Amino acid sequence: MAKGILIRSKASGGVTLVRSSMKHKMESGQRKDKKTGKKIPAHFIQVAKFEHNGKVVFTANLGPAVSKNPYVSFKFKGGNKGDTIKVSWVDNKGKSASSEDKIR
Amino acid sequence: MKKLLLIVTSIVMVTGVAFSVQADPTQDLRTFQNYYKKKFPNVKFDDFGNGIYALNKRLRDEWEITMEFPPFGLTLEDGERLFNKPFKNGKTYASCFKNGGRNIAQNYPYFDVKRGMVKTIELEINECRKRNGEKKLKYKKGPIVAISAYIHSMAKGKRTNVKVPNNPAALAAYNKGKEFFYARRGQLNFSCAHCHGATSGMMVGGNVLSPALGQTSHFPAYRSKWGAVGTIHRRYTGCNKQVRAKPFKGQSKEYRNLQYFHTYMSNGIPLNAPGTRF
Repeated sequence: MAKGILIRSKASGGVTLVRSSMKHKMESGQRKDKKTGKKIPAHFIQVAKFEHNGKVVFTANLGPAVSKNPYVSFKFKGGNKGDTIKVSWVDNKGKSASSEDKIR
Repeated sequence: MKKLLLIVTSIVMVTGVAFSVQADPTQDLRTFQNYYKKKFPNVKFDDFGNGIYALNKRLRDEWEITMEFPPFGLTLEDGERLFNKPFKNGKTYASCFKNGGRNIAQNYPYFDVKRGMVKTIELEINECRKRNGEKKLKYKKGPIVAISAYIHSMAKGKRTNVKVPNNPAALAAYNKGKEFFYARRGQLNFSCAHCHGATSGMMVGGNVLSPALGQTSHFPAYRSKWGAVGTIHRRYTGCNKQVRAKPFKGQSKEYRNLQYFHTYMSNGIPLNAPGTRF
C-alpha cells in the first residue's frame, strides 16, 4: 500500500463498505502563520476517486472546508472478496496520490 | 562540631525512618491489583487494558466500531516510515534499541542503574537522534509520538513487565512516582488516586473515570479530544490541568518517575498500544 492512504473494504450481502482516510493537511487558505502574520496558502484535495476493478464507483469533490486527513466512507452494490479498490486524489496544486487494496 | 554531628545524626535518622517505612514494590503491586480485581469482579484481568470500555457496554460497542477503522492508522504508518528512515550517517532507530525495537516496549520505562534515571521510549528516541547527529524532537506531540507508537505496536500483546531493581536509586524513583500518584495537587486538591482509585468506574461530568490499572498499556493513544495521537506525558499534562495544577514538562523527572510507578502497577496487562479513547 502506498503511503498516505489507508483503505479497508468489506463485502457482505451484496454490498461493499469502503472506508478510507487520506493523509493531507487540507489548508483552507484562511489560517494565518502565527509568526509572520501572513496567510497560509490554500492547499486541499479537490477530487477523490474510488474505483472498483477499474470502474469508478464514487467521486468526491472535496474543498477547503474539509478537515485535515479526510475520512471518506461509502457503500456500493456489488463487489466480491478479493476485488481491487483503488483510491486516488488530486489537489489544487496538481499533486496526486493513489493506493490499492483488496476487498476483505 | 557538635552542631554538625547533630545534623548528621538527624539525617541518618530521617533516612533510616524513610527506608523502614518503604513498602516493598511487589507487595504494593499485589495490594494495588487486588483492589481493582475486588472492585470490578466482572472484569477479566486482561480487559483492564481497555480502560472504561471494559466497564461500560454502550461505550464499548461504540469503541469497537471505531476500532474497525482506527483513527491512528495514518500516524502508525508514518511512524513505521520514520522508524525505518535512515539518519544522515546511514543508521536507523533500530540500531539504538535492543532487538531492533521489536518486542521491547513491554519493558519500558526501565531504571537505568548506570545513569540513575528512569528511561522511557520517547527519551531514548531523542538520545538516539543525538548520538547520530540529528536534532532533538519535541516531546508530547509530533513525529516522536508516531515513532513511539510504532515501537509500542511492535510489542502488541506482550505483557507489561516493568522491573524495580533492588537499588536505592531505583527504589527512590519508584517512591517518587508513588508519592506523585497519591499526593494531592492543584486547586481542586485531587490526587491521581482520588479519581482513578476509589471513584473509578463512576461518572465525572459526562465521562466515566477509568481505573488506574491498565491505563499505561494503550499509550501512545489517539484521543478524539486531541484529534491526534499523544504520549502518556501529554495525558498527564491534561490530568494535571483538570485539577488546576501546573503541569510538568514532557519527559521531566516527575512524569518519568510517575510513569515508572504507574506502569509497574499495570504489570501483567497485555500491551494494546496504540489505543483510541474519546
